[in-house]
Amino acid sequence: MSEITKQTLSELVDNIKSKKLSSSEVTKAFVERSEKSKELNAYITEDYANALNKAKKFDEKPNLDLKLPGIPMAVKDLFCTKDLRTTAGSKILNNFVPTYESTVTQNIWNEGAILMGKLNCDEFAMGSSNETSFFGNVQNPIDKNLVPGGSSGGSSSAVAAQLTPITIGTDTGGSIRQPASFTGTVGLKPTYGSCSRYGIVAFASSLDQAGPMAQNVKDCALLQEVISTYDEKDSTSIDFKRNEYSKELTNDIKGKKIGIPKEYRVDGMPKEIEELWKKGIEYAKDCGAEIIDISLPHTNYALPTYYIVAPAEASSNLARYDGVKYGFRAEGENLIDMYEKTRSEGFGAEVQRRIMIGTYVLSSGYYDAYYLKAQKVRKLIKNDFDDAYKKVDAILTPSTPSSAFKIGEKTNDPVSMYLNDIFTVPVNLAGLPGISIPAGHDAKGYPLGLQIIGKAFDEQNILNIAYAMEEKINFKKNINDWWIK
Amino acid sequence: MSIDLKTIKHISKLSRISVDEKKAEKLAGDLNSIFDFIEKLNELKTDNVEPLTSVAETTLKLRSDEVKSKNLRDQVIKNSPKENEDYFVVPKVIE
Repeated sequence: MSEITKQTLSELVDNIKSKKLSSSEVTKAFVERSEKSKELNAYITEDYANALNKAKKFDEKPNLDLKLPGIPMAVKDLFCTKDLRTTAGSKILNNFVPTYESTVTQNIWNEGAILMGKLNCDEFAMGSSNETSFFGNVQNPIDKNLVPGGSSGGSSSAVAAQLTPITIGTDTGGSIRQPASFTGTVGLKPTYGSCSRYGIVAFASSLDQAGPMAQNVKDCALLQEVISTYDEKDSTSIDFKRNEYSKELTNDIKGKKIGIPKEYRVDGMPKEIEELWKKGIEYAKDCGAEIIDISLPHTNYALPTYYIVAPAEASSNLARYDGVKYGFRAEGENLIDMYEKTRSEGFGAEVQRRIMIGTYVLSSGYYDAYYLKAQKVRKLIKNDFDDAYKKVDAILTPSTPSSAFKIGEKTNDPVSMYLNDIFTVPVNLAGLPGISIPAGHDAKGYPLGLQIIGKAFDEQNILNIAYAMEEKINFKKNINDWWIK
Repeated sequence: MSIDLKTIKHISKLSRISVDEKKAEKLAGDLNSIFDFIEKLNELKTDNVEPLTSVAETTLKLRSDEVKSKNLRDQVIKNSPKENEDYFVVPKVIE
């Protein structure tokens, strides 16, 4: 048996079920590795003592019929966890201890998993490099001073560095897929309405989705099966027949039609990405898929649309942070002064910027020119996908226009940071599922990802394609534990 | 288009985020570069396009009007920065 923290989720589950390993042994191994990895700054809040206790309790009366029996895991600090601090990476929620549990995390605990702690993320999930977090930068285990992507940067770093066997993130414009791509891990953004948003700190409600992040496609499928449920508490949760994604997983994708959108060949895209994409196309062909050229003509308008819709919704969602009901409060001379100081001191620069953009595009006199216009273009973007899916079953693209960059490299130019999400944002705008799988390395040895986009509710199909391609790609991790002394 | 300092002050008031001169200038620069980027949308004619308000093409589900969680007062008040018995406390509003 290989070292515990090197095992995949599926291996750990098998070993616990066959009693070769106890939950305590597994939990202890991941806790110890997490403790040795503080330099990565992947955690905001550690809950190791409780995790070890819960593992012990599990072992006293193990229920081995569960899907995640005694499996320890850390989750993005955007999910409310009852009685454990939930910050959303913000000073304004620095002391917030939820009195309730998010549906997605509850589903995970119901299947026997054990919470180890809360993982770092960009403040309110607004960022592509984890550099907007109040709790500091996260290191990418691939190389020193390299960003792990964002906003689920603590999650991607923790999975890649094997501090947790699996995790969950949230994805509003690429926040699961981009960090997965930057760290050589697998991340799935499910169809809008697949996973409940109840108890997730809201950023942009028409775009936000929770999703699994893991070492491989099979583990991702199993976690998706656990977290995706219909939930009465989220009015946009959709009641559709969900597959048993891991059981139904197959690498037989013969005859599947995979579309290649020409508009994703963007100006200035590094040659390495172009080559990776070509290789991906060959792999898909080797798996028996049929490759079809398609067009998504409004691709170039997706980012500008996103940077109206997402800030508009954020400005509305973040209006609740007023220093009255919960969270940080700055004292003021009167009520308005208190609000203004609380929000000015409690939110970081990027969050303030986005609230201001959102407020502006929704303000009197500008609503039609910006917000309504963006909603109309969003319709055109969705129509592009609807048309494409008359011809194909899925779409293959690069996950990101570059590999991971250095900490500080893009912080002074918001627009260049936003361009990171050029391939992922259209998927959120159209509400579709997308998965990023590691597919190769650039010249520096940094991982590069490919994205497979599916039809709405067709997670099984993109998981199958990803599973088949993963086998062909045979991605080699190159992490040397540089942060462990 | 150009967002001037006066507009920044106006948005900051609407956003309830206090902004000093230095921050206003930085924000004006950032917002102008972001809005330059957003202006691209004006290339598209959208007069006859229906705005997309939800990607989920289902109607909202109805449910029976029942109370499912009650007696949450302690939970609701638990995280307040300042409270007095059962109330949130804020600076005096009425003179």
